[in-house]
Amino acid sequence: MNIDVPTPEAKTVQRSIVGHGIAHDSAARHVAGEAVYIDDMPELPGTLHAAFVLSPVAHGRLKGIDASAALALPSVAGVWSAGDVPGVNDVGPVIPGEPLFAEELIDHEGRVIAVVAAEDFETAYRAARLVKLDIEELPPVLDVEEAHGAKSYVLPSQTVSEGDAAGAIAGARHVFSGKLRMGGQDHFYLETHIAYAIPGEGGDMLVHSSTQHPTEVQHHVARLLGLHANAVECQVRRMGGGFGGKESQATIIAGAAALVAAKTGRPCKLRLKRRDDMAGTGKRHDYVAMWKAGTDDQGRILGLEVEYLARAGNLPDLTGAVITRTLTHTDNSYFIPNARFVGHACKTNTVSNTAFRGFGGPQGILTIEAIVDAIACQLGRDPNEVRRINYYGDETGDMTPYGQKVEDNRLIEVTDAVLASAFWQERRREIDEHNAASPVIRRGLAMMPVKFGISFNLTSLNQAGALVHVYLDGSIFLNHGGTEMGQGLFVKVAQVVAEVFQVDLDMVKISSTATGKVPNTSATAASTGSDLNGMAAFRAASAIKARMAQVAAEHFDVEEEQIVFREGRVHAGNESISFGELAKMAWAKRVQLSEAAHYATPKIHWDGKTMKGRPFFYFTYGAAVAEVAVDTLTGETRCLRADILQDVGSPLNPAIDLGQIEGAFVQGMGWLTCEELWWDGKGRLRTVGPSTYKIPGSRDVPPQFNVRILDDQPNREETIFRSKAIGEPPLMLGVSVWLAIRDAIASIAGKGVSPELDAPATPENVLRAITKLKISDHDA
Amino acid sequence: MANSIRFFLNGQKQDVTVRPDTTVLEWLRLGPRLTGTKEGCAEGDCGACSVLLGDVSNGEIRYHAANSCIMTMGQIDGRALVTVEGLKGETLHPIQAAMAENGSSQCGFCTPGIVISLAGLAASGGQADDHAIHDALAGNLCRCTGYRPIVEAARKVMGEGGASIPGPAVAAFAEVEPAQQIAASGAMFHQPRTLDDLLQLRHEKPRAVLLAGGTDLGVALADFHGDWGEVISTAHVRELRDIGETPTHLSFGAAVTWEEVLAHVAPLYPSFATLIRRFGSTQIRSMGTIGGNIGTASPIGDGPPALIALGVEIELASLDGTRAMPLEDFFLDYRKTELKPDEVIASLRIPKPAAGQDFRVYKISKRYDQDISTVCGAFSVVREDGIVRSARIAFGGMAAIPKRVREAEAALVGRPINEETTRASAAAIRDALSPLSDWRGSAEYRSQVAANLAERFRRDLAGEVVEVMAL
Repeated sequence: MNIDVPTPEAKTVQRSIVGHGIAHDSAARHVAGEAVYIDDMPELPGTLHAAFVLSPVAHGRLKGIDASAALALPSVAGVWSAGDVPGVNDVGPVIPGEPLFAEELIDHEGRVIAVVAAEDFETAYRAARLVKLDIEELPPVLDVEEAHGAKSYVLPSQTVSEGDAAGAIAGARHVFSGKLRMGGQDHFYLETHIAYAIPGEGGDMLVHSSTQHPTEVQHHVARLLGLHANAVECQVRRMGGGFGGKESQATIIAGAAALVAAKTGRPCKLRLKRRDDMAGTGKRHDYVAMWKAGTDDQGRILGLEVEYLARAGNLPDLTGAVITRTLTHTDNSYFIPNARFVGHACKTNTVSNTAFRGFGGPQGILTIEAIVDAIACQLGRDPNEVRRINYYGDETGDMTPYGQKVEDNRLIEVTDAVLASAFWQERRREIDEHNAASPVIRRGLAMMPVKFGISFNLTSLNQAGALVHVYLDGSIFLNHGGTEMGQGLFVKVAQVVAEVFQVDLDMVKISSTATGKVPNTSATAASTGSDLNGMAAFRAASAIKARMAQVAAEHFDVEEEQIVFREGRVHAGNESISFGELAKMAWAKRVQLSEAAHYATPKIHWDGKTMKGRPFFYFTYGAAVAEVAVDTLTGETRCLRADILQDVGSPLNPAIDLGQIEGAFVQGMGWLTCEELWWDGKGRLRTVGPSTYKIPGSRDVPPQFNVRILDDQPNREETIFRSKAIGEPPLMLGVSVWLAIRDAIASIAGKGVSPELDAPATPENVLRAITKLKISDHDA
Repeated sequence: MANSIRFFLNGQKQDVTVRPDTTVLEWLRLGPRLTGTKEGCAEGDCGACSVLLGDVSNGEIRYHAANSCIMTMGQIDGRALVTVEGLKGETLHPIQAAMAENGSSQCGFCTPGIVISLAGLAASGGQADDHAIHDALAGNLCRCTGYRPIVEAARKVMGEGGASIPGPAVAAFAEVEPAQQIAASGAMFHQPRTLDDLLQLRHEKPRAVLLAGGTDLGVALADFHGDWGEVISTAHVRELRDIGETPTHLSFGAAVTWEEVLAHVAPLYPSFATLIRRFGSTQIRSMGTIGGNIGTASPIGDGPPALIALGVEIELASLDGTRAMPLEDFFLDYRKTELKPDEVIASLRIPKPAAGQDFRVYKISKRYDQDISTVCGAFSVVREDGIVRSARIAFGGMAAIPKRVREAEAALVGRPINEETTRASAAAIRDALSPLSDWRGSAEYRSQVAANLAERFRRDLAGEVVEVMAL
């Protein structure tokens, strides 16, 4: 259907709901313990509980599975593995060939080998541990540099190149180089992966899945079971956090639950214990970055080469796209005329890494920020000045190395504002004075900008659908392809719909995401949730509204332009009727009060072969100043203050956006400070719970935490109400904390010496960097 | 003998027949289907499973947060259990209302546990500054919000009244007096009331699980490890619950919780109090006992190094009588102690500070709150005219057992604490201890930091600010 819909800027739309800081739609239910997650749903009679059998070794050949001890436990319903899959044993999200259940090859510790089901959770879990695996162990590859040395990759390497980087570096006045190791990160969503599969008649399957990507769950369950997609429905009301961890790998859990349900004809719930979740599902990719930069005397980057070794783990999963985003964010805010960025997807015998908020962007931005700092440090120049002379702009250029022009540059605006509000000058002086008098506790200060590209790098994913019904009492039902993982997407999209109809937000029913209602959706990811689904919902609501306006115009006998929707009523001059009355009237006239609409992001294109194009609809901008204290005897650190300014365009909901900024910053800070994944020499992940894997706690949040949203600066692109995406960009502002730690460490070195600090800046890594400086100082 | 567990659930008396080793979390979710309480980790570290437990003490009911994922149903016999659903009543509890209004939840999964912890703080009537709020939240992880809106909501509520916990009246507790034994569904839970009864039981059933708080054992329970068919709980043993004071010592029965220990040692040893707040959240401190912490003999336990440096003596009891020993002699090898199968830890005595004594304990970990030590170093010196007369230095995380380092003490005794003696002491620490490498830190890091703590101690005594958290 071809509907002529107004754009969100149309004058008939007043902004009485959008743009207001409205609480999360589930807030009252959250605090009362009444919000229903999948494990809280009433269980159907006969429900089975399942648990995974995971590989205890990192690399080997599976010779046999002996389930007799497990099957001997009372109430165990069965054990299923690769050979039991009726369809295709494959859950590869991008590239086929990623078996859900290991076949012959065991390629990481925690590899899913089989699923066991029993009448209760405890029995299933105990039984899973009784399954005997006959595995011929092989030596594992655990190190990305070892994999790189052997050219062992899960995907072809990617290169973003512009100009002649090698030549520019060779001809530069100064050449610097370095190597940065950055750790991965576990998502640590509070709700672990879960799925509840309910078999229907004729082989149909309903799967409640804690997934950011219901369509992918639907399609993979269908493939695994040998069904058409139309036989499978996936539903998601809410997740207890996602952060990218439930983007592609929820298919593993949902697929296994559906297999048990299909095999037994009984509902099956599969909930991962925290340790199984952490051992069995992927994380943020840890990287090694090797770089070489040529600069002039001021620190202007003339040429830059960066080679990334990303830990893909055993399989590609989303690694290709993660690396693409790293390569398209290595410039961050800086014009680099001659660039060559290469990314290798290193194959290791560790769990397949996956999406995580920022999706490769954080690794690129951390790298370039470390490079800029190292340049400034070694040239003895102010890092902020070195940053500024490299910013995109009139004096430098506006073309990114991947061929997209930076057209909406707010770098100077955000960084000047944050430097001023953070009292940079005064505090820089004060901190330098403190350090001169304090041999043990050092303080550090750093500012950094973030420019982040919004859209999925893969153009085809940038589409969404929404379904809106108006019922005869004037209540509205809303459904769209986006999922709610806590980020407030549902309330934002509901605000859009309420805004269109000018009704109370309470009149808009927020419903579970369901593949049967809105099909073929993209993952709720890449910060695009509200951009895509908000726009689709806007179109659906606007189409219904246009038809209703026609009915109203006939009723009042006025021109359509004179019909005004306001405060739950529909007005024509001094006369008005309620929105519900108009709905009834429209029904009586046999006018359609339902609409399914679609939105595809305009302007974007990407050539994966040349690695050039316009992958991003627009950029967001942010900046942060962080101050830390570092104990040079122990390596302990603390962030004392953070000042943040983030561009969100004209926000749909500034309260929700503020929460996203704060949460993302703390998560980014955690990635770079206390969160450390640790594998032993045999490739076993030993940090598989909160007792060993430490995410930030409330006391780790800087005691002075000043977060501001850039004053209403509408997106120059036509996004939903000119808002900007918010989910991921502020995570990278956490890099400021790492830079401040680096600054504090640098204070103990002589001028011109750049500390070698790995990420995360755990006390141990900090102390190692300090010790290295002291040793090199001593040698000098 | 009882065949059921009697307690109050959100004010209503319950008489429940369930295996006493069922976790409280499992029962809540599968029994009455109170699903507001969540499983986030099943190791007592994320707080999503937090509930409030009420006990009568000095004629009033005190509520404190606890982790229901690692707590058995037997342990709530005779107590009042309040869940997030129970807090709501007719209207939202003030902390619930404040959090709902203040954007304090995003995904909402951690939220019920956070509500519980803050309701516990609000009801405690104690200090409610930011420090206390962070203390109350130390056992709760939130991955979404960055905590600011949670802390802010807490500040609003702590200033106001009306934040009481709905529950039973004091008198009603008489109806749920804990049973000496609970037998249900093939499992037995003993709750002896006297030390004699405990020793008799221990003698008869040396293989039974001796439960002294359960913050360590409960982690195994939640992972379905071990045989919990027969449990002996120390929680109601009168002598083990005693707290005594003499002019020279504080004494604690082994079943005294860390929360109770904290209140008593804080005025005497502020540094120890800081450590106690850090080594376990409110939830853990209100469950874990001082005897359990020693008896579990973890090489990374934080209590023992501090207690060894303080010169603590412990008393072990069995039917054959009692024997006392310095705590450092109790630990033999990795998880091996002097404790015989029929013995229990009865009590310990902490000397009060002597004239000229300085005590400091430093914990190094990846996160400040609710983390396990990479290294924990405790230093105690008694000085006269600037000269060290005696010293006790002990470390955790540096060996298979909590370890006293006499060589490092010797480097200080008879001398002043200055750069030179500190260097000697640090060198002795490095030489005497051979730590392992693991996820908390490499052997090299541990050695370096342990030695550096001697330097921190020197600077600390000289009045410098030595910890980043003090800024």
